[in-house]
Amino acid sequence: MSDTTPGRRNGGGTPGWATGRLARRGDLQLIADLVRPGSRVLDIGCGDGALLEYLVTEKQVTGRGLEFGQSGVNAAVARGLSVIQGDANTDLEDYPADAFDYAVLSKTLQATRSPAAVLRQLVRIGRLAIVSFPNFGYWRVRLALLLRGRMPRTSSLPDHWYETENIHLCTISDFLDLCESCRIRVEAAYVVAPDRTAKPIRSVRSANLFGQDGVFLLSARS
Amino acid sequence: MDKLVPLFIGPDGPRELPGAALRIGAEQPLRLRSGLPFGPATIAYQTYGTLNAARSNAVLVCHALTGDQYVAEDHPITGRPGWWEVLVGPGRPIDTERFFVICTNVLGGCMGSSGPREPDPRTGRPWGLEFPVVTISDMVLAQRLLVDHLGIDRLFCVIGGSMGGMQVLEWAAKYPERLVTAVPVATAAHHSAQNIAFHEIGRQAIMADPDWHGGRYLESGTIPRRGLSVARMTAHVTYLSEPALHRKFGRRLQDRETPAFSFDADFQVESYLRYQGSTFVDRFDANSYLYITRAMDYFDLAADYGGILAEAFRDSPVRFCLASFSSDWLFPTAECRRIVHALNAVAADVSFVEIESDKGHDAFLLDEPEFHATLHGFLNSSAERLGLPTGRLRPLDLSGRDPTKDRIS
Repeated sequence: MSDTTPGRRNGGGTPGWATGRLARRGDLQLIADLVRPGSRVLDIGCGDGALLEYLVTEKQVTGRGLEFGQSGVNAAVARGLSVIQGDANTDLEDYPADAFDYAVLSKTLQATRSPAAVLRQLVRIGRLAIVSFPNFGYWRVRLALLLRGRMPRTSSLPDHWYETENIHLCTISDFLDLCESCRIRVEAAYVVAPDRTAKPIRSVRSANLFGQDGVFLLSARS
Repeated sequence: MDKLVPLFIGPDGPRELPGAALRIGAEQPLRLRSGLPFGPATIAYQTYGTLNAARSNAVLVCHALTGDQYVAEDHPITGRPGWWEVLVGPGRPIDTERFFVICTNVLGGCMGSSGPREPDPRTGRPWGLEFPVVTISDMVLAQRLLVDHLGIDRLFCVIGGSMGGMQVLEWAAKYPERLVTAVPVATAAHHSAQNIAFHEIGRQAIMADPDWHGGRYLESGTIPRRGLSVARMTAHVTYLSEPALHRKFGRRLQDRETPAFSFDADFQVESYLRYQGSTFVDRFDANSYLYITRAMDYFDLAADYGGILAEAFRDSPVRFCLASFSSDWLFPTAECRRIVHALNAVAADVSFVEIESDKGHDAFLLDEPEFHATLHGFLNSSAERLGLPTGRLRPLDLSGRDPTKDRIS
């Protein structure tokens, strides 16, 4: 892992926290901090464009979005963002290689049909990819299964098992294995705690147990 | 280039139309896509709002097959509301209080621009089928000459639906430095086999009418009414959707309790189509219908770029916003996505929305608040980037008007 360090990742004084725009999702603030100002960013599964708008206004990025839901697309376009309606499962292959500095996939990988194929597309389209997902190895998740014998529900996994769109949940260790088998380099790795503080991953074992969300900066291994 | 008064050549002779017209290709004829020279030609247009001092707030609206330049005012011939007044007007997404709106009647049309009903200067007789076959790119060339004449270097926006959307794509591909934003709506980068097929049915209906007289009906003092109305009836069905037809008419009978067991217009839907067909004849020229449908059939933007649509938009500085409607089967969302894919492939600045609607192709002309809100957001943010004034979307006032009736696709 390289020494890429996100600026101002401890919350409190960053513009995102101050305005509350990204406040509900700790991974989004970290992702925003990882992005270099003035770069080209594709946000896949951008929702109503909250992250993208933040990046465009605060980091002067050239931003594009891809979103499945019509209401999200409409809201994002209406706020002046360049967003197209599309499906991460099928539409990423339409983008040329290295079209963006960053391809961002925040808390969407676990809902894709083929996470491996999507990951390969991300590092092809972006020079770097930023991926976040809820860590299924998080201790509260483990405990819910172990002690209560129930499918876990946490702030990162809020839906009932019968309502969730997550079909490919994984732990941080699982994810790192997948990167390895897809020949994807992990440039930097972080965990986000429930209080939305982010820390670089030093020990995978401990991150896999104590990190609620994982956030990874990835690139294609040449 | 001289300024002229546009004329409507109706059955009772010529009649002056509101707006203006421009003589183009007088010194040097236009070079048409077919290779033929053509000129001088007339291009009729209407404007709304005021051009600012920097000439940076102009919006060119491109009309569909049977539309014309009267986009935001009552029509001078039919008296019906402007065909896109839901979109163009004070407080609407194309706000005439902030933008200078230009709309031309396309080349080949019949509302003052050069078309088959105009006299052929060589003979003094109506052109008829001697009029050269024009294409979407010829229509856009004529528009560009008008924009040159108005002293506008860069249009803030070029927008249009259906055939109007084809013109928008042509503008963005051929003259990318002349526009800031492009909004192609409910359109495609080429006319599909199905669309050509429907147009051919319409054309054959016109040409099968004995009153068509090989295109020389004006000299025979006739109008191919039956043929042109059948063409319009067929086309009209393609603008709707099964749910829209069902909602509007179902199997309800027209002015009767039980079927008459005859070939009268028993069903409301028949009566509606007959009405659509017959009123169309009064405002539209049969030969113009042949020419303009042909122009759409010939449209295939990728063909001009070695068969690769993306090449049409390489390094484009234009900001695109595309919209399609979920129940539109004439210009389905899939066609719109092809354009989006091409734009993505060259990393162009593109937004795209599919609007949920059951109103078919006609939805682009109707009150679709979600479409209007999205478009307003897109234009507002683009205006802001350019330092143009932004504005709020004011609700549509359709009091006393039935927005679902008699639109022009």
